[in-house]
Parts: sequence; structure tokens; C-alpha cells
Amino acid sequence: MNENIDLKLHVWRQNGPSDGGRFEDYTGYAKNISTHASFLEFLDVVNDRLILDGKEAIAFDHDCREGICGSCGVVINGQPHGPQRATTTCQLHMRKFQTGAEIWVEPFRARAFPVVKDLAVDRSGFDRIVQAGGFITARAGSAPDANEIPVPKTVADKSMDAAACIGCGACVAACPNASASLFTSAKVAHLGLLPQGQAERMKRAISMVGQHEKEGFGACSNHYECEAACPKQVSVEFIARMNRDHLKAQLTYVESAGKDGGAG
Amino acid sequence: MENALTLTQTGIGKKAAVALTGAVMFGFVLVHMLGNLQIFLGRETLNHYSEMLHAVPELLWVARAVLLVSVVTHITLTVDLALRNAKARPTAYRVSADVGRQDPLMRYARKTMILSGPIVLSFIVFHLAHLTLGEVPGLAHGQDVYENVVRGFQNPVVAGFYVFANILLGLHLYHGGHSLLQSLGLRNPRLDPRARTAAAAFAAAVTVGNVVMPLAVLVRAVGADVQ
Amino acid sequence: MELRSNAPTGPIEKRWDQHRFDMKLVNPANKRKFEVIMVGTGLAGAAGAASLADLGYNVKAFCYQDSPRRAHSIAAQGGINGAKNYQGDGDSIHRLFYDTVKGGDFRARESNVYRLAQVSVDIIDQCVALGVPFAREYGGLLANRSFGGAQVSRTFYARGQTGQQLLLGAYSALERTIAGGKVKMNTRCEMVDVIVSEGRAVGIVTRDLVTGKIESHLADAVVLATGGYGNVFYLSTNAKGCNATAAWRAHKRGALFANPCFTQIHPTCIPQGGDYQSKLTLMSESLRNDGRVWVPRKHDDVTKDPRTLSEKDRYYYLEEKYPAFGNLMPRDIASRQAKFVCDEGLGVGPEINGVRRGVYLDFADAIKRDGKQTIAEKYGNLFEMYERITGEDPYQVPMRIYPAIHYTMGGLWVDYNLMSTIDGLFVGGEANFSDHGANRLGASALMQGLADGYFVLPYTVGNYLATKGKSKVTESDAIVKQTVDETKARFQRLIDVGQKGHQTVDSFHRKLGTYIWDHCGMERKADGLKKALAEIPKLREEFHADVKITGSGEGLNRELEKAQRVADFFELGELMCRDALERDESAGCHFRTEHQTNGECVRDDERYAHVAAWEWKGKDVAAREGNQVRHVEPLSFEYVKLTQRSYK
Repeated sequence: MNENIDLKLHVWRQNGPSDGGRFEDYTGYAKNISTHASFLEFLDVVNDRLILDGKEAIAFDHDCREGICGSCGVVINGQPHGPQRATTTCQLHMRKFQTGAEIWVEPFRARAFPVVKDLAVDRSGFDRIVQAGGFITARAGSAPDANEIPVPKTVADKSMDAAACIGCGACVAACPNASASLFTSAKVAHLGLLPQGQAERMKRAISMVGQHEKEGFGACSNHYECEAACPKQVSVEFIARMNRDHLKAQLTYVESAGKDGGAG
Repeated sequence: MENALTLTQTGIGKKAAVALTGAVMFGFVLVHMLGNLQIFLGRETLNHYSEMLHAVPELLWVARAVLLVSVVTHITLTVDLALRNAKARPTAYRVSADVGRQDPLMRYARKTMILSGPIVLSFIVFHLAHLTLGEVPGLAHGQDVYENVVRGFQNPVVAGFYVFANILLGLHLYHGGHSLLQSLGLRNPRLDPRARTAAAAFAAAVTVGNVVMPLAVLVRAVGADVQ
Repeated sequence: MELRSNAPTGPIEKRWDQHRFDMKLVNPANKRKFEVIMVGTGLAGAAGAASLADLGYNVKAFCYQDSPRRAHSIAAQGGINGAKNYQGDGDSIHRLFYDTVKGGDFRARESNVYRLAQVSVDIIDQCVALGVPFAREYGGLLANRSFGGAQVSRTFYARGQTGQQLLLGAYSALERTIAGGKVKMNTRCEMVDVIVSEGRAVGIVTRDLVTGKIESHLADAVVLATGGYGNVFYLSTNAKGCNATAAWRAHKRGALFANPCFTQIHPTCIPQGGDYQSKLTLMSESLRNDGRVWVPRKHDDVTKDPRTLSEKDRYYYLEEKYPAFGNLMPRDIASRQAKFVCDEGLGVGPEINGVRRGVYLDFADAIKRDGKQTIAEKYGNLFEMYERITGEDPYQVPMRIYPAIHYTMGGLWVDYNLMSTIDGLFVGGEANFSDHGANRLGASALMQGLADGYFVLPYTVGNYLATKGKSKVTESDAIVKQTVDETKARFQRLIDVGQKGHQTVDSFHRKLGTYIWDHCGMERKADGLKKALAEIPKLREEFHADVKITGSGEGLNRELEKAQRVADFFELGELMCRDALERDESAGCHFRTEHQTNGECVRDDERYAHVAAWEWKGKDVAAREGNQVRHVEPLSFEYVKLTQRSYK
């Protein structure tokens, strides 16, 4: 049942954003790997061996290791999160590889995701896109009763489909244009579908897209690689929805002149 | 709103313009093909159709202007987006692999958009010289459209180029037809399978219609009267 | 030391209202003059930071992840309780309060729990307003389910990702306040000490995980919302980065640590697959509704294909021992019984360190009864997850499960205002000890995190600031420099040892985890705890002499990060064992084998109806051995009568 494999491993090492980076051959450290280990546990094992050899461990982002936090993500043989569909790197297991297989591990590559170190990249652009409008303004204590506004089940379900995004960045990594359209649209759609999100819907569709462009992500050219790479299978129909909202907002939305004034 | 970019600045706005101009050319390609198919009705009909188009020069020039603006906008914005997209990934992957599992034709169409575009464009230039201006040495001369068409297509190289370019055009339309709904935000899951079928059918019809003409001439099913 | 809960008196349903009225308010124009530090951005931290910022305070927030959206609250699957009584099935604030006190086996403070039940209602409203896509009925109203054996349906959920959706709600509020300039967010930045000046928390020391820079941040109040310490066990359902350093450093600076031995086990996790295992994955407990738990009756059969074993060779131990509840026995009992049969040598799955730790959860009968289709509809996604991880198809082969640690009820001691024994140091969410007693009910962790963040801390921190005013400490004060220097020295010691050492950080952490799991896990007994208390310090000394850390202190260095967390886990793990030894009773998740009737807890209310809070008495904060002193906060139960539970 417990079978071990040897792999030909190449890992991208890069000391920081300004370092050029290079592949290192770690085949010698990638022998006798249990097929029941996850891909990250495989990297753990390689790291343990590197450390005992006096070498620095490979840096990669990871945290929950159960496919929900969105921290992990490397490109394995050209595929973000590796060969298994709807699966994050942490849930990918080594039984998906044959012994002797050649594995090239690279970071997510995009101008908007500078490399922090080795396989870890800076995805703070996603946070800034959310800052631009990925929220509903509601202070604690100001909310009406939760059942006051009914939300049709189909709408709530669709909204949840979009909200399932874990912000891992695989969509950017997979896109030939390094576009973050799928990420941005998932948030625009999640909030824009719900009745609570209507008040800020147009403003959101303009400002989030604007921030997306400023971060240096590419534009969507409808290749749909993002959807295929998405570990949560977020649909590109949300990109169509974002396009619709953005175009409509661009044509109709006027910012109010801010004459709120005082109360006396 | 600090983050606001205008419609002409965002990728979505540009893509929408690409889609709209694409739609205009879509319409043109269809009408153009239907008109040209009259070649199967003989010299008189085709030449009469050509004269009719030229009957109101103002109208013709308006149509040409719309087409020209569409072509220029379509190309300019596409190049602009392609440059921006290339900048978004400065370092290429060591290993490149597709993730998606689209049908092979769509995959091919999508990947060759940026290729099929220029080839179709060079075709259009040749095509304009050949049949609109009617001035290609050895192939066309003067305003007898029927004559020019048949003479041109009797040359296997010309006919071959037409067939090749129109197949690429078909692929371009296949992806483009589906893609423009996405870019304009008109796509939705309920209608999606039908939209996909419609795009495929449309692209196939235009391709078959356009390809059948040179082939018919080449095998002398049409234009045997021209020597 | 006298521990004053500062809980108000009077009728319990009026206490929080009265307390809020009695609080001092900060003038709106003055709020912007105050700085508050928020460490951790999970449910409690993100909600708290956003709410404080909305009130007008300036907040500096910190998280070790690359984005606040990744805090481990995100991994909670089941749901969140709210006493809305939308189902009209007899729920009420009082019932939620009652269930929580009873579920906590009478080791929580009544006033806190009541407040929690009260604000649970507001939490649901707030989350819906923020756009959390909770499950809905066809009519558009909110759906509920019954969870964790509750008699009423009060749990709100968003598929199996409730924690994710609630966190993203709080995260979006946090990002909004960041955009508004009221919160300054520091990601990939870990708190490594707290600065205490004349008994008041006035700031923290952080290490920037990317640059390695150690520096101070000052504020008028500090809030820790840094989560639990389940990773002491090495293998747990926590995220890899979850750690106790913030809480432990606060403890060493004077904050009391309460009930460290109260740690919760979840019975249905995927068992360890090998020695490379880095964490354990939880599977929804709902699986036990249809699965039957068994192990082979004979030792010879444990390696055989389970499908070949006949009915008489299978030992359905829960059904046999507890015919009334069978496979639905409460978490702690189901967990302990699994451990028991594995200790007997009847466990299945891979053998690790000489023991097979796994039991079967078999769906064959359910599939025969209801059809594969029905089972797939109910558990399809869980089965897929199981197959992804183990490579085995649960429709064909019985699942293997084993308990794992997943929540810690213990934490820094706080009063009714969520303030620790250090003035101005507040603690929210799992990091404090306050509301769950000795055992937490399902779907209550999310509720408590958000209650603290959205509805408690914003008031109580304000009251503190109004009363105490601004801190006068500046960067140039000696205490600031001294704390930073002590931190730098601590890191330098690790780096120095690390260059010469021979064993990896993880190898030490695994060993520590094994000790704690064996002796202070599902069941504890005096001699085992004494053994652990003898062994852990030895291992800790070995760690400080022989740990191997590559790389330097400058720049991203995951080994160094882990090493300093593990150093703190060693000290905390030891305290857990001491607390478990001293609490000579069984209560909730704390099961002392000496105190049971047929596997059920026997409390000793005469001697232990109290909170045990430990004070660090080590010679200084650098010391690894502290003669911690146990203080008690007596608990009184005016509204819920003390009873023993029984499942026979």
C-alpha cells in the first residue's frame, strides 16, 4: 500500500525580487518519497534533507494545508497547483506522479506578483483590489434583522459559487495574460448578486476594475485557462457579469457631489 | 473615486470596443458572402449586383468608412491589449502547459487569434486589390467583377490562398463570435451552449460559403465561360 | 493574587446592557487620538480592527500570513450558532446560554456566556449585512441546521465553508477600513513580544518575516486575537503557522494563562499516513450519522482487507458499549474509545511507531440501505476529499478515521471586559479562555470570535481608553529599547545554536507533540503526566543545544520562524501538563482516567469549580523554566444547575 517513488526534481530558487533566479536540480533529495505524502509534504521532506545537508530550505507559502486558506500555490510542470483539477497544491498527493517523473516547480509568474523568495510570491495586489471596493459598507451594530431582506435561494447559491474563491492566484498564474479577471469578477459578482450589495454595485464595478489595471495585471482575452486552473472551479461566467457591470457603470454611474452637510 | 479609469482606459472597455467592431465586421462578412454567392447564378446576376452596390456612391462610402474605422479600431486595440498582456508576464514559464480542456478546434482558434488576425488582414489587402480595385497584374483588370473573380480563382495559388485565409477567418469568427458575448457581458450559463453552437454554425456557414467559390472555379464548375 | 472577573451583578439578562451603560465613552473627536494595536486578523481580529476603526480609533493590525484573508478561522466548516429562533423550535438566548454552560461542563463564567448568547443574534444580522452568502430556503429566508447534537436548529451555514465566508466578511470590512486610512495593516509580520511599562501594555515587538527586522510598535492599548495553541501537538487540524508565541510572550510579561489543559479533540479526522505527515484534516462529524465505526476483533485481522472480514470478526465497539447512542456518542467519548481500541492493538492503517492509529468508518450498510446515490448526495464532497488525500474510494473500502486536536478552550485569562491581567492588554477569540469552559459546542467557535470582535472589544477597549487616557511611553523610553533588545538576543541565541545543531526544528516539534498527545491528549493520568513533565524539559534543553537552523536572521527564514514558535511550545506544553496534573478531576475534554464512571467524566465541583490561571514566576522572561503559580477564579452557577451528564 505504501509505495515510494524517486523523482527528478527541479526547483526555482530566487533570493528576492531583484535576484534573477535559477533552477536547482534536487533530484538527489527527491528519492524515496511516499506516494501518500501531499506535494507540500514532499517539499517538506526535500527541505529536511537540504537542511541536514547545511543548505537553505526552499521557501514556499502554505498554511492551512486543507485547501481553503489560499496560501499555497506553485506551478508544477506548467500547471498552477499541479495536474489534478479542482485541487490546491496542498491537497495534491504524490500518487499522481510516476517514479522517475521529471518535475519542474516554479513560482506563480506575473508582474503583479513579484517573487518574495523562491516559490513565495507577493499577492498583496489582491488585497488592494478588495480595498478598492470588495466590500459592503456596514458598521457593526447598524445591520437590520438578517431575515428582513429575503434572498432567493438560487441567488444566494450563485453568490456563494463566486464567494468560494480562496484568493490563491492560480487564475493569474494560468492566464496567458497574467490577468486577475477571475479573482476580481468573483468578488464583484459575489457582492453584486446579493440585494445587500446593490447600493455600492456600480461604484464597486468601476473601482475594483480600475485597481486591477493599476496593479499591472493583464486583460482578459477569454482563454478561460483561469477557470480550468481554479481549485474552487469559479466560473468565467462571473467575468461576463463583471464586464456587464463595468460597462454599465462606465456609461451610467455618476458619483454624488458630496453635499451631505451637517445635521444642524 | 481614486481608482476610476475611464472606459477607454480599462481592458474591459477596450475589449468591448474590439467586440463591437468585431460584430460590425461579422455582419459585413455575412452580407458580403451572401452577395458573392450570386456567382453561382451567372455573370449577369453578379455584375448586376456589383453595379447596384456602386449605384449610390455616398452610401457605399459611408459603409466603407464604417468598415475602415472598425478595422482600424479592432486592430489598434488588439495590438494595444496584446502589448499590455505581454508586459504582465515578464518572465515566461520554463514549462508551459495548457490547463483547460476545451474542444480542440476552439483551443486552436483561441490560440491563433493573434495569428489569424494578421493573415486575414493581409488577405483583405490582397482581396481589395484583386476585386475592389480590380488591379492585380495578370489576375484582374477593369470592373467586370465576374471576370476578375473567375480569372483569379482559376489560378490555383490564388484559390489556395483564399481557401486558407477563409479557413483562418472561420476560426477567428468561431472564437470571436463566442468571445464577443463574453466581452460585452452578454454571456450567461443558460444560453451559453446555444451561443456556442450559434457561433460555430455561423463561422462554418461563412467559411463554407467563402471557400466553395474558389473551389467551384478551380474545378471549372463555375466560370467555364471565361478563358 | 485575586482574580476579579469584573462581571456585573444583577439579573443576568440585564448585565451586559447595564455594563455598557456604565462604561465611559470617548468623545468622538478624541477617538482619533488613540492608537490600538490588533495582533491577528482572524474572525476576532479582523472584526475587532474594523469595528474599532469605524468608531474612529487608529488601528495598527498585524498578521503573519501574506494576507489577513488567510487566518485559520477560514478553515471552519460547520456553521455558526445564533439564537434567532427562526425555526420556531423553541430556541432562545437563554437556551443557547444554558447549552453552552452545560456543554462546557460548568467550567465557564456564566455572565460571559450569557453575553455571548445575546450578541449571537446581532452577529447573524451583521454578517448578512456584510454579504455573507448563508444558505437559504426557497422562500429566501435563512436556513438552519441542527449541529453537534443540539436539540434545536440554530446553526447558520454557508455550504461546508462557513468559516471562510464569515472571515471574508470580516476581512472585507477590514480592507474597507484600511482603504479609509484608519487601519494600518502589516502582513507577514509576527508579534514576538509585548512591551509592558509599569503594568500597562503600551506596545509590541514584531519581526518582519520578509526582512527579518525586529522593531517596536507603540499604542494606547493592545489586543491579541492570535488564535489557539493546538499546534503544541505538532499534528493537529490547525494551520501550519498557528502558534502560541503572542500569548506565551504576554504570559511571560505578566498575563495569566488560564486552563491550558482544556484542549478539544475532534473524532473524525483522516489518520496519519506516515512520518512525513504535516497536519491532519478534519472531516465533518455528520459522517457519523450514517457510517458505522468498527475495528477487527482479532489482532491477526488488522492488516487484512476489511471487506473480507465477516460480521462476527468485526468489533462495532461504540454500538456494543453504548447501545443507546451508538456511533453518535459525543465527540470526547467517541474519541477516547477509538484511542482505546488502537492501544489494544486493534487499530488499522499504516503502522507508525509500532501502533496502527485508525478505525473504520464503514458506509457499506448505509449504501446497501439507501443506495449509493443517496449517500453521494449527502457526503459526496467529503468522500471526494477523502479520496484525494488517501487515494482510497470510500464507496468501496471503509474510511479510516482517527481523532485529532482541533481547538483549545484554554488561553490567556481575561475579565468580563476581555482584558488580561496586564492593564490594556485585551485578548479575543480562541486566544482567550473565556466562554467555552472545559468543552466547546459545535458551531460556537465562530460565534465567539465574532462576538468578541464586533460587539465586545469595541466597547470595552473604548471604556479602557476613556478611563486610562493615552500612554505616555515613547520610542525613546528605556523599556522599549530593552524589550526589543531582549527579543533580538532571543533570536540571536537560536541562530547561534542553529548553526552548530544537528536536528531539524520539525523533528523536535514532532517529538514534543508525541509526548503531549500521549500524556496530555485524549486522556490523562497522573503518572503519565509526571513522566511527560520529566521528559519535556530534557527535550527542551536538547532543542536549545542541538537544533539546526539554516539561513540567517535577515530575510525570509521559515526555519527560524518555526524554531522560535517551537521554543515557546515547549514551555507551554509543559504548563499544559502541569495544569492537567493539578486539575485532579475530569471535566469536558479533560479526561483523567482516575475520575470516571465507565468512560464518562466525573467532575469534582467541590474542589475544581474554578478557573485555574497560571502566573509566570520565572526569574525573567528569558528563563525557560518558570515556577508558575496557580491562581483560581471561583465559578458560581446561579442560573444553570450543576449536573453530571450521562449517555448510558
